[in-house]
Amino acid sequence: MKIDKAVVEHVAHLARLRLDPEEIELYTQQIDRILEYMDKLNSIDTTGIEPTTHAVPLGNVFRRDEVNYNFQVEESVGNAPDRLGSFFKVPPIIEVD
Amino acid sequence: MEEILHKSIRQVRDLLKKGEITSVELTRFYLDRISKYDDRIKAYLRVTEEMAMRMAADADRRIKEGTDGDLTGIPFGMKDILCTRGVETTCASQILRGFVPPYDATVIRKLNESGYVHLGRINMDEFAMGSSTENSSFQVTRNPWDLDRIPGGSSGGSTAAAAAGLCAATLGTDTGGSIRQPSALCGTVGLKPTYGRVSRYGLVAFASSLDQIGPITRSVEDCAVLLKVIAGHDPMDSTSIPEGVPDYAADLLKDVKGLRIGMPKEYFIEGVDQDVLGAVEGALRVLERLGATVVPVSLPHTEFAVSVYYIICTAEASSNLARYDGVKYGMRKEGKDIVDMYKRTRSQGFGKEVKRRIILGTYVLSSGYYDAYYRKAGQVRTLMRRDFDEAFTQCDLIATPVSPTCAFKIGEKTDDPLTMYLSDIFTIPINLAGLPALSLPCGFDGKGLPIGLQIIGRPLGEALILQAASVLEAEMRLKKIPDAFL
Repeated sequence: MKIDKAVVEHVAHLARLRLDPEEIELYTQQIDRILEYMDKLNSIDTTGIEPTTHAVPLGNVFRRDEVNYNFQVEESVGNAPDRLGSFFKVPPIIEVD
Repeated sequence: MEEILHKSIRQVRDLLKKGEITSVELTRFYLDRISKYDDRIKAYLRVTEEMAMRMAADADRRIKEGTDGDLTGIPFGMKDILCTRGVETTCASQILRGFVPPYDATVIRKLNESGYVHLGRINMDEFAMGSSTENSSFQVTRNPWDLDRIPGGSSGGSTAAAAAGLCAATLGTDTGGSIRQPSALCGTVGLKPTYGRVSRYGLVAFASSLDQIGPITRSVEDCAVLLKVIAGHDPMDSTSIPEGVPDYAADLLKDVKGLRIGMPKEYFIEGVDQDVLGAVEGALRVLERLGATVVPVSLPHTEFAVSVYYIICTAEASSNLARYDGVKYGMRKEGKDIVDMYKRTRSQGFGKEVKRRIILGTYVLSSGYYDAYYRKAGQVRTLMRRDFDEAFTQCDLIATPVSPTCAFKIGEKTDDPLTMYLSDIFTIPINLAGLPALSLPCGFDGKGLPIGLQIIGRPLGEALILQAASVLEAEMRLKKIPDAFL
């Protein structure tokens, strides 16, 4: 076993997902199998090899910090499930007892 | 009007310019076909009839005034992953239901400037994660060549719509094969451009170092015409390449004498369907007959592609999908505090495959595992790129099968995610290396299911790929649309 249910639950929490017991069971099995398969990468010698993060050799791409298109409030927050004027409304962020 | 289905975009544009047909008539034709046939195929999530007719009328006006562009009046279906201003864009996910983008993706802006007509939103695997379009949270699209089979994925809705003549052409997206594999399974032409050739601004992100938008069409010429419109540098996408866009149709049908085609032994192996090998090898013999030389090459790290890909793409996806939290757009499920709200929203809003990939991606990036998985995968990715660099010193193009099998039955691979992942084994390395590649129909199997040939090129080598593909296409003259839809 490369991964157990406790790890899956912890990772789910990091990813802000809540899984039911069946899902935890299923994902643990499936992800374990996938990670086993990925073990084959250990057979390759990668000493001194730089990882590739992007396939094109472009360096830092800059542009002038100028305002281009100015979205109106309705455009910016118009899709919000809950809002107050130009604010997104959300449940409490800071813990209250 | 049905002969229209067998005409190229340029031929139709000619008819429009001469006034022999109008865009309104053409659009009506496609909308009627969608009404008649899409019940069986289920390629479209939503048809935007009013918008289509309005755009068609605008196109007809532009044509009369002589201000038309390369695509004016041509009706397109649109994979529901490209932000289109004022049009609900869901990525086939519950979590984006009701999301109406306030802006157009750059490719959409370019299509607009060219005068296209938008027929409707096309189905896909949720957030582009899948190889069968079975992961859509709305509906499963069927393969027009056999309605019990999958069209491939994640652009399965797009290839099904193009193959069944439910649009003139469409755009797809490709992260690990999602344009090429469904194209092979549905008998369409599909091109994944060089990474950075087409702007990703407004493309809902899955894996940022792999995603690309590309054409899905019924002919190579249409593919070249469409690529010319959508390609180009974009200041809004800092990974877009600052190179000019050639006329991709200029080299079509030029001869292939002296062209060296690499045949990598790692792609012609056990486990690939006999009919697929036969059709692909047959296409290579045609190229030889026409003057090309086939040379054996090797891409030694091919067997590690699936492992590398599913570490990198899930890691990037876990980061990209963190934005779906019920705060700014889409679905929200209320909770007692913010974390509770996030968890409810995301758990109910995402489908199984998406959740699985988020968990896998979060795991490989997490403390203690980052070096073993993510960093290691990045290093092997470098080795895979070097394989291609080396191979391209011996050949100009590389030819391989696209998919080890033809379209499988709906539900056949849904129990085991790993089996599904392995079906992308031939398309994935190309995304990891950032190369351009096209899927060209090259035959049918014993059951009449389409087979695709993959033609891979050097970075920014799309013109040569299209040239070789056009020559092959002209020689092979395969059926494009199943009889059931004619």
